[in-house]
Amino acid sequence: MGTPTQITDAPPPAPQPAVDKRAVRGATRPGDRIFLGLSRGSGILLLVIMAAIAVFLTYRASLAISKDQGNFLTTFQWDTNLVPPNFGIAVLAFGTVVSSIVAMVIAVPVAVAIALFLTHYAPRRLRGPIAYVIDLLAAVPSIVYGLWGALVLVPHMNGLFGWLNDYLGWTGIFSWEGGAPRSMLTVGILLAIMILPIITNVSREVFRQVPQMHEEAALALGATRWEVIRMAVIPFGRSGVISASMLGLGRALGETMAVATVLSPTFDIQASLLDPGGGTFAQNIASKFGEATEFGRDALIASGLVLFVITLLVNGAARAIIARRKEYSGANA
Amino acid sequence: MAKRIDVSGLTAYYGSHKAIEDISMTVEPRSVTAFIGPSGCGKSTFLRTLNRMHEVTSGGRVEGKVLLDDEDLYGTGIDPVSVRREVGMVFQRPNPFPTMSIFDNVAAGLRLNGNYKKSELADIVERSLKGANLWNEVKDRLNKPGSGLSGGQQQRLCIARAIAVEPNVLLMDEPCSALDPISTLAIEDLIGELKERFTIVIVTHNMQQAARVSDRTAFFNLAAVGQPGKLIEIDDTERIFSNPSVQATEDYISGRFG
Amino acid sequence: MSTATLTPKGPSTLRGARLPKWSPYAIAAGSIALAVGIGLAGGLHSRVQWGLIAAILYVVGTYAIAAAVEGKRQAKDRIATSFVWVAFLLAVVPLASLIWSTVVRGVKVLDVYFLTHSMGVVADTEPGGGIYHAILGTLEQVGLATVIAAPIGVLTAIYLVEYGRGNLSKAITFFVDVMTGIPSIVAGLFILSLMLMFDMQPFGFAGSLALAILMMPVVVRSTEEMLKLVPNELREASLALGVPKWRTILKVVLPTSIGGITTGIMLSIARITGETAPVLLLVWGNAFINANPFEGAQASLPLYIYQQYANSAGSGAAYDRAWAASLTLIAFVMLLNLVARGIARWKAPKTGR
Repeated sequence: MGTPTQITDAPPPAPQPAVDKRAVRGATRPGDRIFLGLSRGSGILLLVIMAAIAVFLTYRASLAISKDQGNFLTTFQWDTNLVPPNFGIAVLAFGTVVSSIVAMVIAVPVAVAIALFLTHYAPRRLRGPIAYVIDLLAAVPSIVYGLWGALVLVPHMNGLFGWLNDYLGWTGIFSWEGGAPRSMLTVGILLAIMILPIITNVSREVFRQVPQMHEEAALALGATRWEVIRMAVIPFGRSGVISASMLGLGRALGETMAVATVLSPTFDIQASLLDPGGGTFAQNIASKFGEATEFGRDALIASGLVLFVITLLVNGAARAIIARRKEYSGANA
Repeated sequence: MAKRIDVSGLTAYYGSHKAIEDISMTVEPRSVTAFIGPSGCGKSTFLRTLNRMHEVTSGGRVEGKVLLDDEDLYGTGIDPVSVRREVGMVFQRPNPFPTMSIFDNVAAGLRLNGNYKKSELADIVERSLKGANLWNEVKDRLNKPGSGLSGGQQQRLCIARAIAVEPNVLLMDEPCSALDPISTLAIEDLIGELKERFTIVIVTHNMQQAARVSDRTAFFNLAAVGQPGKLIEIDDTERIFSNPSVQATEDYISGRFG
Repeated sequence: MSTATLTPKGPSTLRGARLPKWSPYAIAAGSIALAVGIGLAGGLHSRVQWGLIAAILYVVGTYAIAAAVEGKRQAKDRIATSFVWVAFLLAVVPLASLIWSTVVRGVKVLDVYFLTHSMGVVADTEPGGGIYHAILGTLEQVGLATVIAAPIGVLTAIYLVEYGRGNLSKAITFFVDVMTGIPSIVAGLFILSLMLMFDMQPFGFAGSLALAILMMPVVVRSTEEMLKLVPNELREASLALGVPKWRTILKVVLPTSIGGITTGIMLSIARITGETAPVLLLVWGNAFINANPFEGAQASLPLYIYQQYANSAGSGAAYDRAWAASLTLIAFVMLLNLVARGIARWKAPKTGR
């Protein structure tokens, strides 16, 4: 390994192995043929798994939905044991979207600020250790966040909730009837803490790629540090921050345990973020699963299928933005 | 408008590495001064000390005095942001803001420094683009992104952006090294016009260019790699290129060196 | 603001009024003191509120003072700086609190007995019992998941980097990205739907399958990155010697990148070790020791934490066990992270830095 292992240029995004074509196509030797077969087979297996997930979830979901007496999308109940069963995902969709929006509203500005802190503000010596702390946040298992959220965060929310109710209660969404603060706002705050690292890390990478010369151009015009960030850093990094946020959103949408431990669920919609109640797709599956009959499980699988499709769309959009950005910056390099 | 620069005993560091040592010189207002010398001799570093851009790089540190009409840029209470507003800079590679239109690029510095009416802004942008000999080429597409221009046009856009805020001094760090000969000629002509209004300092690798555009020329050199760069001599350009007083300068100019 | 355009350029323009260097500290101290005062006077009990009030006072105070002394632009710059610092501190507070509470509450019952005994017949609300069965279950489930996912992941990455071109590799690349975003509970539901088909009861290996689905894309991504770092010159040098391609990959490419690949696999193990949702659906949990992952419900560490919390009916003993199990889990995950980083650093290609 004394041979050159030093890389100066980032490798091209598309894998471009420099090999002669015969070795790829020909595979005349048995060893080559077996090895190619194994590696290609693994790749194909991955595709098969993805297809199987979609097919099986859809199949089991169709078993449940075909017997559903209510409208699967708009019904406000989850009575899978009734004859005939009557259930729908309206409450879950609402809760999932609301908790994720709260998480995004809190996490995105803070994560962008931390990313800027790491690239532009923190003393150089501190940057490494701080980035490490952020990685630690990412490594903590979600069930531990859930436990901490339920036993430490929830009691601390009483004060904040009272304050919000006193001053912003008139808006309706911040009114509080004094129940335990196991509500969508608490869930959103906990989710925000959990998705902070991924948004921070992706944004930091983007901000780090801002060409030095654009920042210097702004400096040379007499811009303050904040003005440099506004003129050169944020415009350059905007699409990257958007896709980072969507990756975080994908996490928040599908998070199960942290919601299941913190929320005290009800199968209805709360107008206020502070009053306990509501539910999310993932939390509902985890909470209802234990007592569910086989039909009940199929119904839960149906709700899981909706969650699957939503996260696919969100993640796909995030990846598409990243891919387009790569092309764009490549053309301009 | 144009101001005199008086440098005395200036030393600059990158961390513990001394990049340039004990440089003293005077740059006359409304003139073009060229810095020449081999790679790594510190001429770009020195240029960047003149608008306090050197300290932006990590570990960058400066000792000594730079007087801009009797006011020390490194004195206590001096705001580096204001310094860079007074001493504009054009970089080696054209660097218009990629997300801004041509108009917004020129107006970028103005918008930082105050509220202008729309008409005022349009006037200044037009004047600056004319000043940079770019107006006729871009007047029909001011709202298009600046990155769509050719390299030479981009560099003139950057010059327009720099002169829009009416600085006292214009620093140019090898402004033509990334350009083709025709664009280079256009920039050189422009420098000749701009020196009527600004004090211009230009770093160049191209000695013919120094001879063509500058009134005075400073030659920088370093004793060995790793040693700090030093100012060898500064004199009228004609004299430097015909009859320099130091042997090293003559060696460099006649190509016997580096 | 229009004064800026009209001011004649005198020599004084360079000399803006500046706040002294110690001013941020002074403002910080002032706002903390004021916040404590407000907190005491208003009878606010939560320290968190005190901190929030101090942070708000600090940002507002910085802006007001800077705007008065230095002007609006400098004030904006300072407010941005203080906001960025406050955001950073905001992120540190929950992390510190989480680690602090886990350690302080976790050490209460964490001892050798706890690590070597199962819950057995100990009721959830009673003190006693341990996590041996859960550790055993987690190790078996994660181990089996790794045995499935690591080879498939590495081989897929080899296909993408060494052989891949055309539509198949594009499709694989795309779906690997898609797979990274699958919520863990959906992976669990997928295996569950298979189990429903064959009318199977929960067992450990079912959990392993779901964990393997979560692990594969992570392994593919990280291995791909590492293989791309291997310079083409090395491959060409080997091929030019007449070494067949598969031997080139096995003897040249993989050994060069083995450190990074190992790191990636370990980090993905750390990730799936903490997954609870699929285990909840597929493995159920078990208070007794079940060493056979292929038959019967098993316990698992993350699931144990959840069940101690959820079934405790507010019992302090159950919470203590949940914290202790959390501490064990975090310690395990952090250890994996540290070792993985160590390997990455130790085996890293030498860069000139």
